[in-house]
Amino acid sequence: MTSPVIVYLDGDPLRSGVLEVLTLARGLGDVIALSPAPVGEQTVQTLGHYGVSRVLHVTADDADLTAPAAVGQGVADAAEELRATAVLLTSSFPTKEIAAHVAHRLAAGLLVDVGDLHWHEERLAGTKRAFGGTWDTSCAVTTARGVATVRPHAVAAEPAREPITAEVGAITVGASTPTGLELVDRQAHESSTDERPALAEAAVVVAGGRGTFGDFDPVHELADALGAAVGTTRDCVDEGWLPHDAQVGQTGVTVAPRLYIGAGISGAPHHIGGMSAARTIVAVNIDAEAPLVEMADFAVVGDLATVLTDAAEAIREHRGL
Amino acid sequence: MKHVPELESARGFSPEGRTVRTTEDGTLNEVDENAVEAALALREMSPESSDAEVVAVTLGPATAVDAVRRALQMGADRGVHISDDALTGADYATTARVLAAAVRQLGAADAVITGMAALDGLGAVVPSLLAAELGLPQLTVAHEVTYTGPPDHMVTITRDVAGATETWRAPLPAVISVTDVANSPRLPKMKEILAARTKEVATLTLADLDLPADEVVPRTEVLSVNQRPPREGPELVTDDDGNGGRKLAEYLISEGLI
Ligand SMILES: Cc1cc2nc3c(=O)[nH]c(=O)nc-3n(C[C@H](O)[C@H](O)[C@H](O)COP(=O)(O)OP(=O)(O)OC[C@H]3O[C@@H](n4cnc5c(N)ncnc54)[C@H](O)[C@@H]3O)c2cc1C
Repeated sequence: MTSPVIVYLDGDPLRSGVLEVLTLARGLGDVIALSPAPVGEQTVQTLGHYGVSRVLHVTADDADLTAPAAVGQGVADAAEELRATAVLLTSSFPTKEIAAHVAHRLAAGLLVDVGDLHWHEERLAGTKRAFGGTWDTSCAVTTARGVATVRPHAVAAEPAREPITAEVGAITVGASTPTGLELVDRQAHESSTDERPALAEAAVVVAGGRGTFGDFDPVHELADALGAAVGTTRDCVDEGWLPHDAQVGQTGVTVAPRLYIGAGISGAPHHIGGMSAARTIVAVNIDAEAPLVEMADFAVVGDLATVLTDAAEAIREHRGL
Repeated sequence: MKHVPELESARGFSPEGRTVRTTEDGTLNEVDENAVEAALALREMSPESSDAEVVAVTLGPATAVDAVRRALQMGADRGVHISDDALTGADYATTARVLAAAVRQLGAADAVITGMAALDGLGAVVPSLLAAELGLPQLTVAHEVTYTGPPDHMVTITRDVAGATETWRAPLPAVISVTDVANSPRLPKMKEILAARTKEVATLTLADLDLPADEVVPRTEVLSVNQRPPREGPELVTDDDGNGGRKLAEYLISEGLI
């Protein structure tokens, strides 16, 4: 029996990022999934297909498991009880916060935004992109247990060769909500509930910058033809053209899609830091010397309004739509 | 706050896997300016604490004191620079532990405010670790911060994360981290730049913080660092003939991206 590895589930249905984490987790040990909410039958079945042996609903007597600190403590206590050697999560702002609290409570080493995971001399190790994707660093924890968050799209999600039936159970843990801390309100954004995929997890991202002059119709048209998420730059958020969580970059969302198309975006280092992990980069810009054009795999020099609209039309034709 | 390599500079690692830091290419982590601004604004929002002190704290090698200096120019009252050879290779856990020790030594802080992430490492986990070390509630990745004053001393923040807008509330003291859109950092005026020169910056070692060396052993180590090959440059087409969009579609199809 290999040692237990915990994967934290941040929602039901499962996000694509979680399936990627599960794909990596299988290579490390016996996978146990922990969820702060009860998990539906369909999801339990999917978890079995991804090699999860047990799904545990985590509850705490003295805490409401919404605050990152409380969830983190709870997951850490479960990890302790289950004698897990690794705790793995996806990489979003909320899950990174939870990861920090898990690592703190376990006194464990913390790896953030890694693209793969393996054991290095019995310690959890992973690689991370740095400095706008220009460097690869490989790090290992020095503690017996390790905590890691995995950057989206670093690996392809793949079901296990032999599906198993995940056993469903519950685990009660010790956790406390910091005194006086309260979640007053939570509003899911429309864009995350409608047809378009969520930005951080999208396999294809079409981003528009200041070169749109506020008209995002061509950006949306191409995004819809490609089934892509829509992103933008901070300048456009400042202008109020799109909400803050559409901002791609160092202080926005980090994206690592299969395909990133940036239109009317100059490619400031702040922006590049958030998208340079994209596998294929396409730029559309009137300026052939814009930094984003120079780092692209394919670039069109031209007015984005016509280029994106024409591209969308050709793609719809190709798809027979 | 953190002293980081300029984004525009050729950033990289030494063979030991440490970030290369120089005086010329170093700067105060830009979103930490938003943290300083938030601290100054918080003081201004609370007339009852108009005598409250804003203290800028950093951890890093000798050059890192420049980050504190910048905060002093913006209006922070004094600075603390923690520097100790034993901290070379400090990871997230060590950094948070040392910063927490400094906060404790300063005495009852009303609020601990940071930028949401350091633009070199982009981990965005130190604020959470700091909250855990200090046993304080955290109000993080805030793009809006409001304070209600006495008797509750309640801080309310909003944040846009993972496809939702959340509003969180906690009484002070708390750990707050702010985004780059939370406010517009004030530009220091000449008078303040001159005044900052006379403000005190204490340099502290681990011994000054009563932290035994075995409490700051990093929990992670760098195994290797490798520069990635530069991208080859684009296959470039121009839309002069009005075929640019179609060529873009053809490229995506030929690469199997559709
Ligand atoms: C602390 C801090 C954090 C930041 N964080 C981020 C971040 O996370 N993400 C981010 O994106 N930015 C961030 N920024 C801002 C960043 O520095 C740049 O200002 C921003 O990315 C530029 O946005 P842009 O490319 O849309 O605009 P610009 O730089 O103005 O570029 C517009 C581009 O559009 C092109 N163009 C114009 N017209 C057309 C047309 N008709 N068709 C095609 N192309 C056209 C132009 O040639 C130009 O290249 C941050 C800044 C600071 C100070």
